[in-house]
Amino acid sequence: MKIIVCLKQVPARDAVLRINPAGTWVVSADVSFEINEPDIYALEEGLRLKEKHGGEVVVASLGPARAQQAIKEALAKGADRALHLDDPAFENLDAYGAAKVLAKALEPEKPDLVLTGLQSDDLGFAQTGVILAELLGLAHSTIIMEIQAQGASLRVKRELEGGWFQWLELPLPALVTIQSGINKPRYATLPGIMKAKTRPLKKLSAADLGLTPADFRPRQTILKIYVPAKRAHTEFFEGSPKEIAARLVDKLRNEARVL
Amino acid sequence: MMPDEILIFAEHAGGKLTRAAWEAVSAGQQLARDLALPASACIVGHVGAEGLAPLPAELASADLREVLALDSPQLAEYTAEGTARALGETIRARQPRFVVFSHTYQVRDFAPKLAASLGCGLISDCLGYRNEGNRVIFVRQVFQGKFSADVEFAGPSPWLVSFQAGAFRRDAVRRGASPAKVTAAAVALDAAAIRVKPGERFREAKQAVDLSQAEIIVAVGRGIKALEHLELAKKLAEALGGELGASRPICDSGWLPMDRQIGSSGQTVAPKLYVALGISGAIQHQVGMRGSKTVLAINKDKEAPIFEVATYGVASDLFEIVPGLIEAIKKAKGS
Repeated sequence: MKIIVCLKQVPARDAVLRINPAGTWVVSADVSFEINEPDIYALEEGLRLKEKHGGEVVVASLGPARAQQAIKEALAKGADRALHLDDPAFENLDAYGAAKVLAKALEPEKPDLVLTGLQSDDLGFAQTGVILAELLGLAHSTIIMEIQAQGASLRVKRELEGGWFQWLELPLPALVTIQSGINKPRYATLPGIMKAKTRPLKKLSAADLGLTPADFRPRQTILKIYVPAKRAHTEFFEGSPKEIAARLVDKLRNEARVL
Repeated sequence: MMPDEILIFAEHAGGKLTRAAWEAVSAGQQLARDLALPASACIVGHVGAEGLAPLPAELASADLREVLALDSPQLAEYTAEGTARALGETIRARQPRFVVFSHTYQVRDFAPKLAASLGCGLISDCLGYRNEGNRVIFVRQVFQGKFSADVEFAGPSPWLVSFQAGAFRRDAVRRGASPAKVTAAAVALDAAAIRVKPGERFREAKQAVDLSQAEIIVAVGRGIKALEHLELAKKLAEALGGELGASRPICDSGWLPMDRQIGSSGQTVAPKLYVALGISGAIQHQVGMRGSKTVLAINKDKEAPIFEVATYGVASDLFEIVPGLIEAIKKAKGS
């Protein structure tokens, strides 16, 4: 089975983010980046399917030079090779634009299965995977918590709301978006890190993919980002732990009436 | 072509219109009023399927121009392919200015496909919008709720927009003076066009813990850092006489069983007191706990979204605060 896992690099979860002077995005210069969390689970799922059924895992990542860090991590975990989609024209693409570029890069690969995380931790539109399926003409399913490969089809467990699930069957080739928690992602090993250095990493620009900006013209534009206005009137407590504890107990007893 | 309008997607499950359906109606009606456009709603399914027959008429009680019931035996069970195709045809024919959805798991499954097949944009998971003359600007969260973003459509309509659960209230739905016109429309769908075969819906092994009835809940998030620190949260729960809950990452790591998970994919709770320890409060968590009467949040990041819904906040390291709090509670209870 030829599996392609799409990875996005996003600011690290505990990164302190500052908004740029234009108010259009965050300052990325001094921020550490990591692989988008659901994508880590997607990669792990891809590696497990390969280990069970044979084949190849290719990772594809759209992003600037720094995205190579994410790619190297994936190769060190066991991916066989990588596609790095990097071009100044790819900056700040919307979900459609990102899916369009990915689709162009994935098409000639003719994957049996494409895996993505269900959404990104930065923008969180939860769209790129599903649009990619549409552009590649693949059957898809989203928010998946288990995958069973059975010959020419997949059986997947889709998470619904409120603790419900549903099994679905879809023919290959297919695209599946992965929910966090589907598996226990592995760590890269030292031999893995050594081997990663020899694994093929192909860089692809807009020209390499035969794309012009008209192909990924935005369908939506982020005008500005800002710290949300506080709606709640949270009463904050400061001081020594002992003072805070005493005042909280007073509130819990006399206002909340739970003690 | 049809006159300009707002089209609302009304979701149903188990033979009932969902809360999300009414929230979408509420959002669509408000947008329609602000833009001085009529609003119509659309329901997708098969009239022969269990429970579906009365739903269009129920939806028609809302103040709408028309309720469209898109019908095909191929739509008896939800599939992304069937729903996207049926809605796609309708949107192509009617050319509404906006199509309004709730950002549910089902909508996330098909709406991006629908938008791509129509060649139009989808702004998903919005909290609201601002009508600025002839521009409509949508507001949504980015970076897990740390920041808000103003987003605008580029390119021509139709424009697809989905709103987060709770962004609009179902009790704000305006009822019509008389029922809206219901139009049943058969959709021609080839069975072969639907490649994904849905199976039964099920719940995992019975929920051993019913947190929905708990009066006091102490919930832990990533800030607890290590499995051995759970003991501290347990002690606080014991001191308060409450139950232990968790945000999703804690259950994903296997530190607590899934039936302790609170949020959109877990339980919805409404205790008298909800203590959030090291929980950042992403929206997926907030939807499961924002009905709590009193919320005490302890998190070292003062910008964490959990403080948006907290009554009392302590922006400090929970490991410095909680031990003293346990002692103080024990003392207060003993006195």
